[in-house]
Amino acid sequence: MGNHSDGSPNHSGTVATAGQHEVEKFQDPGLPPHRLRLADTDPKAAKRAERQVAALFATSVVGTVIFLVAYFAIDLGDDSSIATIRLQNALLGVGTAFAMLGIGTGIVHWAKALMPDHEVSEERHAIRTEDDRQAAVRIVDDIVEETGIKRRPLIRNTLLGAVALAPLPALAVFGDLGPRPDDKLAHTMWAPTDGKLKRLTRDPDGTPIKASDVTIGSAFHVIPEGLNELHEGKLNEKAKAVVLLMRLDPASLNPSAGRENWGYNGIVAYSKICTHVGCPVALYEQQTHHLLCPCHQSTFDLTQECKVIFGPASRPLPQLPIAVDDEGYLVATSDFNEPVGPSYWERDEHERSINS
Amino acid sequence: MSAASTAEAPAYVANTKVGRFTDFVDERVGGSGILREFGRKVFPDHWSFMFGEVALYSFVILLLSGTFLTFFFDPSMAETHYAGSYTPLKNVEMSVAYSSSLDISFDVRGGLFMRQVHHWAALLFVASVAVHMLRVFFTGAFRKPREMNWVVGGVLLILAMAAGFTGYSLPDDLLSGNGLRIIDGVIKSIPVIGTYISFFLFGGEFPGTVIISRLFTLHILLVPALILLMIVVHLFMVVVHKHTQYPGPGRNDRNVVGYPLGPVYAAKAGGFFFIVFGVIALMAGFFTINPIWNYGPYDPSPVSAGTQPDWYIGFVDGALRLMPGVVSDFHFEYIIFGHVLTLNVLLPALVPAGIIFTVLFTYPWIERWITKDNREHHVLDRPRNAPTRTAIGVAGFTWYSVMWAAAGSDLIATHFHVALNDVTYWLRALFFIGPVIAFVVTKRVALALQRKDREIALHGRETGRIVRLRHGEFIEVHAPLDEYKRYRLVGFESPAPLPAQPNEHGVVTRKENRRAKLSRWFFEDRVAPATPAELEAGHGHHEAVEAGEGQRTLSH
Repeated sequence: MGNHSDGSPNHSGTVATAGQHEVEKFQDPGLPPHRLRLADTDPKAAKRAERQVAALFATSVVGTVIFLVAYFAIDLGDDSSIATIRLQNALLGVGTAFAMLGIGTGIVHWAKALMPDHEVSEERHAIRTEDDRQAAVRIVDDIVEETGIKRRPLIRNTLLGAVALAPLPALAVFGDLGPRPDDKLAHTMWAPTDGKLKRLTRDPDGTPIKASDVTIGSAFHVIPEGLNELHEGKLNEKAKAVVLLMRLDPASLNPSAGRENWGYNGIVAYSKICTHVGCPVALYEQQTHHLLCPCHQSTFDLTQECKVIFGPASRPLPQLPIAVDDEGYLVATSDFNEPVGPSYWERDEHERSINS
Repeated sequence: MSAASTAEAPAYVANTKVGRFTDFVDERVGGSGILREFGRKVFPDHWSFMFGEVALYSFVILLLSGTFLTFFFDPSMAETHYAGSYTPLKNVEMSVAYSSSLDISFDVRGGLFMRQVHHWAALLFVASVAVHMLRVFFTGAFRKPREMNWVVGGVLLILAMAAGFTGYSLPDDLLSGNGLRIIDGVIKSIPVIGTYISFFLFGGEFPGTVIISRLFTLHILLVPALILLMIVVHLFMVVVHKHTQYPGPGRNDRNVVGYPLGPVYAAKAGGFFFIVFGVIALMAGFFTINPIWNYGPYDPSPVSAGTQPDWYIGFVDGALRLMPGVVSDFHFEYIIFGHVLTLNVLLPALVPAGIIFTVLFTYPWIERWITKDNREHHVLDRPRNAPTRTAIGVAGFTWYSVMWAAAGSDLIATHFHVALNDVTYWLRALFFIGPVIAFVVTKRVALALQRKDREIALHGRETGRIVRLRHGEFIEVHAPLDEYKRYRLVGFESPAPLPAQPNEHGVVTRKENRRAKLSRWFFEDRVAPATPAELEAGHGHHEAVEAGEGQRTLSH
């Protein structure tokens, strides 16, 4: 760094520079002598550079023409094909690129080859001079004195209080950005309405699923009956209610106490919403009976009631208790026994109220 | 202002029409004074100063292309059935936002091009801001008087990411919808207020019907306005400080060496805008970015494998992936006083980003405290000449990169045919040891490069000419450097550790002792610049110089 030549010795509060006192340093030799470019000495080279710059500007004109032709001559029509759009997009890109790069490279080439390339040195000035500082202090003192704010603490304090409180309405006014959460996250569409159990239906067409349709090793993406008929909040309900339905060899399932009747003949249904941050757990590894979330790779083991065996999730996927109705269709015997999806502050409270 | 002089001197009358017009404006705004101040202002030139320009120019391109897009985009989440010309999605139920994004892509001439320009420019914007900050960090340009401008730069980086994320979500396609889903999950993990924030943001339960229009307002109004404001502040401070310059002969902290603004610097910088625009146009023309028509409309049920956020969100997503939810039997989600604390989401989402930005914002003051260096610095450090700082920077960069790589753990596994779980285990290990290795290696490399500089300064450069001496010895001829080249290698400062200093009461405080320890850690390994005495003494005697170096290098 060049500051050794500034003549200022180390004063306290600065870095102690290695051996500044005993070791002499190399002196700054100053700016290196300017070296002329070819275009500075050879008129032919200068002329050549001039033509190059002009040629670059000319390519820009060509680019503009390409753009206009691509825009007006290619008709997207009513049913444009992907190929047409791709062609137009590429030509618009080429046209713009030539138009812009022609101007840009032309100007830069002009600057580098033909404009003077002498480096010049300019002095830096103090960002704040001591003189300015003293003047500013005097001015501020005068201003404070003229307002009398120091002599009249009553004015100062009431003003501070008023200013501190004034932004509160600005915060309060956002109170209607959303409703209170209440226990909305704790319930899904699977809860029976008027005692009628909801059938498990295929996502997305909503056709009901017979237990006999579900062969061992198969998996179904499931939505509750009636979801597609909702007029409002369909996606909200779907975001909580989607379920994965799989059939395994009943011997490989190990239902815990109280859950023996939640499946039917090896058919089990689990929430598809990851307990980590809510992505759909869409990948079913048939051979290993693992469910994998493609977003963050949380892995759940079906044979252990979807316990987490890898990845960032911390809770098993909630299981949907299912049975078969008298027509042979799969139905949910109740809502989930816990809130589905990612955890939230009130979740445990909600789970307790569901189970009580 | 100039009109004030009319009392004494005869008023200036321009000869030409243009001249009269210019004079008219000048008399009313004082343009002459501005031109006098800035017309020939000197700017140092270096390729690494371009990154900030790239950022500024891609922001201008974002404003231009984004304005075009707003004319056709409809941020409504009302349901509609697609009726545009992309056949695979005909009659599919979707939001108006997604449908209008498809229309921009397929039915508005040049719409796809504009979308691509906008998305590529956005990726480049965040990237150039980030690389610019790396340049500023590694060259020590954040030191006094530029600490506050460094902070403004950090704010701009956050705003750039916010602009990117709010924009990325607007098309309401499956990929961006899943991104919002993840954000929702992260927000819900916040203790006490998380659920409320989620409901307030989405206007109720996820996904609701208002999030796209709210993000739209943020994306096209609030965030760009803040970015613009910060850019103005940033550039204002650049003018106040004048630009930094790399060390070299003739350059010091009291001058600024470079090209005058007009014509050379203005031409180069102005021309560079067109080059940036041209390169973005080329990418937009030939490389597909965010093909929303492949993803389909947002639906909470499906998801595609191998999903990736835009690159700048990657490090947060990667951190989410790296965090284990369960370690043997310990669950990172647990219940305190009847409430859920879900650390497996909260920690990775907030802590690494929190650490990175806290260190980033406070680093100038940390280094200033350790070094007690209160001088102004306008000459940059070559990264090798500040080995500890460079090592800290590379360690941080490595940490970030590990998390960033983790966001692609599934793609790493499928592309390199390795087990996904193994990729995660390795990255978890690297998360902790990667920065340490990077720190040690970088510091050694920087010191080695400094030694190489000494070597060249004292012995000249290798010429590759082998000469056989009369008595049979072979030597390689070294050509001495001219004084300008040598000064490049020796003209730097190599501070020694600063021992604890007593305060005004003559007491060495505990804090001061800690500072002294850090100062030793910072500066104990150092290579001092070569001196004329060494050059004199070592002339042709390699051994002598080595010994001299040994004495001067205070490494332990």
